[in-house]
Amino acid sequence: MTAVDDRPTTEIGSARLRKEDQRLITGRTKWTDNIQLPGMVHLAMVRSPFAHARVSGIDTAEAKALPGVIAVLTGSDIADIQGLNITAWPITTDQKAPDHLPMVVDHVACAGEIVAVVAARSAAVARDAAELVDVDYEELPAVLDLKEAATDAVLAHPSLGTNKSAFWQLDSKAGGTGGDIEEAIATAREGGILIEREYRQQRLIPSFMEPRSTVVDPTGDQVVLWSSTQVPHLVRFGIAATTGLPESKIRVIAPDVGGGFGGKLQTTPEEFVTLAVARTLGKPCKYTETRSESMVSAHHGRDQWQKLTLAAEKDGTVTGLKVELMCDLGAYAGLVGGGVPVLGAWMFNSIYKFGAYQFNCTNYYTNKTWVDAYRGAGRPEATYAIERLMDELAAEVGVDPMEIRRKNWITHDEFPFASVAGMTYDSGDYEAATEKALGLFGYDELRAEQQRRRESGDPVQLGIGISTFTEMCGLAPSRVLGSLNYGAGGWESASIRMLTTGTVEVITGASAHGQGHETAWSQIVADRLGVPFENVEVLHGDTQIAPKGMDTYGSRSLVVGGEALVRAADKVIEKAKPLAAHMLEAGVDDLEFAAGRFTVKGTDKGIGLTDIALGIWTGHDYPEGLEPSIDADATFDPVNFSFPHGTHLCAMEVDTETGATTMRKYVCVDDIGTIINPLIVEGQVHGGLVQGIGQALWEGAEYDEQGTLVSGSFVDYTLPTAADTISFVTDHTTSPSTSNSLGTKGVGEAGTIASTPAVVNAIVDAVRHLGIDDIQMPCTPERVWKAIQSAGGTTDAAPVADAQAHFDEGAPNQDPAAGTTDGAGQ
Amino acid sequence: MIPAAFDYVSPTSLDDALAALAEAGDDAKVLAGGQSLLPILRMRLNAPEKVVDLGRIEALRGIRDGGDHIAIGAMTPYSDVVTDALVQEHAGLLAKAVETVADPQIRHRGTVGGALVHADPAGDVGAPVLALDATMVVVGPGGERTVGAGEFFRDLFETAVGDGELLTEIRIPKHTGWGSAYEKFVRVSHQWSIVAVAATVRLEGGSIAEARVGLTNMGSTPLRASAVEQALVGKGLSDLESACAAAADGTNPPSDLNGDADYRRHLAAVLTRRAVQRAMGG
Repeated sequence: MTAVDDRPTTEIGSARLRKEDQRLITGRTKWTDNIQLPGMVHLAMVRSPFAHARVSGIDTAEAKALPGVIAVLTGSDIADIQGLNITAWPITTDQKAPDHLPMVVDHVACAGEIVAVVAARSAAVARDAAELVDVDYEELPAVLDLKEAATDAVLAHPSLGTNKSAFWQLDSKAGGTGGDIEEAIATAREGGILIEREYRQQRLIPSFMEPRSTVVDPTGDQVVLWSSTQVPHLVRFGIAATTGLPESKIRVIAPDVGGGFGGKLQTTPEEFVTLAVARTLGKPCKYTETRSESMVSAHHGRDQWQKLTLAAEKDGTVTGLKVELMCDLGAYAGLVGGGVPVLGAWMFNSIYKFGAYQFNCTNYYTNKTWVDAYRGAGRPEATYAIERLMDELAAEVGVDPMEIRRKNWITHDEFPFASVAGMTYDSGDYEAATEKALGLFGYDELRAEQQRRRESGDPVQLGIGISTFTEMCGLAPSRVLGSLNYGAGGWESASIRMLTTGTVEVITGASAHGQGHETAWSQIVADRLGVPFENVEVLHGDTQIAPKGMDTYGSRSLVVGGEALVRAADKVIEKAKPLAAHMLEAGVDDLEFAAGRFTVKGTDKGIGLTDIALGIWTGHDYPEGLEPSIDADATFDPVNFSFPHGTHLCAMEVDTETGATTMRKYVCVDDIGTIINPLIVEGQVHGGLVQGIGQALWEGAEYDEQGTLVSGSFVDYTLPTAADTISFVTDHTTSPSTSNSLGTKGVGEAGTIASTPAVVNAIVDAVRHLGIDDIQMPCTPERVWKAIQSAGGTTDAAPVADAQAHFDEGAPNQDPAAGTTDGAGQ
Repeated sequence: MIPAAFDYVSPTSLDDALAALAEAGDDAKVLAGGQSLLPILRMRLNAPEKVVDLGRIEALRGIRDGGDHIAIGAMTPYSDVVTDALVQEHAGLLAKAVETVADPQIRHRGTVGGALVHADPAGDVGAPVLALDATMVVVGPGGERTVGAGEFFRDLFETAVGDGELLTEIRIPKHTGWGSAYEKFVRVSHQWSIVAVAATVRLEGGSIAEARVGLTNMGSTPLRASAVEQALVGKGLSDLESACAAAADGTNPPSDLNGDADYRRHLAAVLTRRAVQRAMGG
């Protein structure tokens, strides 16, 4: 445990505008697709339209004959050098995982897989030629439904012999962290309350703003790969580990990256194919995906069935929780892959004091797009389940849902708290956050209005949803990761270079893709070293500039990388101190450091850190035995996660005549420890909320019976915009983390994790008096309306079977080619 | 998202446009605002040999007073229609419907005529044009002819505008003093209508003297709910329910991710009542 430093600060806590915003917002910057290299060749991918097929032949002659085409390559052409898309987290040592070849050689396991690539002098010619590649597919039976996959009746990968990838369990009795779950359930069944539910986490598409793009320059001694990725260091590792290229010959650069949300926490087939083509041709190559390609071929998120059993005493005191997950990995185990649902293992119990707990997770393959991390990764699923269950328990007991939470949550004087899942929660105060949120929300007034609407039979009913969430973030203590069979560490590194003319270069191994690292890191360094904010330059996202790093995901950059930065800064001061003493002709013990200057105690003699940097650069005069440098590196490996929490309150209006839902009010009070930049935090919370609300109300990746992604464009994948959301009320309480000296907790995923159940709880609350206790996500107006019509039960009005995309060719009412009109555009 | 190669012409007069179309025959596509055509080309759902861009024909743009009607040039962008004083005063329903189309960017590029000829049944222009008894002016090699809105929409993406012809103007009889409302049901704001209802009414002494109701996305074309219109005559604000209940009778709406046909039929009835209510000022 690290003591929180309470030295005075001026930059930390200041709502500075972000340094990076001008270039990111105007786009006048180095996005990967903006990069142009001499002699660069453009690639287009040929992708399988079939979910499951054997490739029996590929005729590339016509494509090759098109003027401007340089090469058309198939999986067998690059088989020796294409490498593999790796899984970093086999959740068990006997996990079954099919090899994930970047380009299919003969077996297609999901629609969108790459079967050939065209290299041409222009992107347009490449696309034209890709249309001319003639692939013979022998279609195979596809398994698309998760529950059907579990029966093994149809196999996603016949060679694997089963669809089951792995089973993973956490049990409080076996782990010595709590009681026997079966006993708790048996007791509740006899004389208490059992809440048994099955919830669906639908499949989501991360929908980052910048589609993925890769440029590879194979000329020269070293191969340079630019990619729109969250994880340049992991990409470099993946290439070195599987393609035969020595790691020292690979430089991976993530230039400015337009968002990821976990969707770019991956080593992608497209990166590896681009690399293979560049090496084959000896020419720089660029591949940039279209949005349509992105939606079907970049990894998806969530997709699980949750069977849940909550045991409680008659008065609503919770005693046990059993979780049984079925998770759809799609066609392959991704980089984190099967580990994503496992990240929920420690979070279903959340802030409540369960005596017994068991988490079971079984992962299956299907012939759909592979599934991996998406903002929150495992924790939104857990939070959704427990927060929905707590509302169900409250309804069963007949008390206000906030009362049932108060009765069961960890109180502020119980921290640090050892959870039934084996985690130690660092700090928190659920009572304080809740009190503040209730006040901002006007909880009692809204409850009174709800009552009035119920009594008057208003066609528009009002519901209130609560989500008192916590999450574990700051991935992660390396030893913990090791014990879970994860293939990498969770440390982060930082370097500080004191330049000769007064400016400071900061190098971080975290790779920002829109988060604002450059601003926050500058604020930390400015405070720590007493240099002006403007004089700090933050460098990241290039394995040659920032050679050591674990990149950005899991709300880890600040809590892990920020602490590395603090330690590097402290080392700079420590290294400068004897030099200052030498220059000031004073003893080391007589010096004190403040606001960027060493001064001799009790005198006005002093020297600035930047002056020392210049002095040591000349090297003209420094003590023997010391190195002529005050630059410093640090690597920080946390001993614990951090556990932000918060109380989110949502009021939803439900139009019972149409099923339409309208958000009326959203208040959240998050405790994320010490805040470095309130403006950045505000942005993270707002964006996070909308993504969580998106899952509750709007988003869902839907496939038809052939395995075609029906929601394959933003016409059908209804991603919300600012026009669809309301103005959120956000506030904070502060319980500094004890796992890093800044006292920070992660905030990148908090809004997403918390908001989904708050919204669904509110919708269910609005119609519970009609006999409804669940509505499947996304809570479309149709589902809500049908639930009301068939009131008295749960709804499963999934419109998937007869789903049609707006632009789906050949579908009734939707085929643009079907008309004989002149077809003027709208 | 690169379309297949095509020839491109951008004539500056109607005659040149017609000549270009005649020359290209079946293989031409007309480009108006491009908000539907371009995605179709870029997704390679269609690959015409030639694209005839009407964007430089000034004569096809603008809104004028035609005496008993207002005349809207086919290439007038949505955004001009929304803000036009003539439209607001004499065809308020059209302004209200067009205001809901997609987002501001699309409303600045997309055109009323383009949308009508594209004839996507989920588009928001067809139902109000139908309800307002508009007349379409169609010009072709054989000269100019007019087509009533009721005969204009033939089927999915199919209108009375034939090969080699162009829609040049939409004439809307003045509905001065009529109340109007467009009830559009969507899940996210930029979405195509799941169902929408266009209603405009003329009141006499608080009850309905005349009503016009058009339905969006309730079949392969925009539909006119004539039975509802007749049933509404004489009705006041408080007794609309039964007259509107039949709004979906005989319709054959699509089933898709946003809702099945039965749900759409239910929505049509509810939205019709709401649209009429709002059109009445209720």
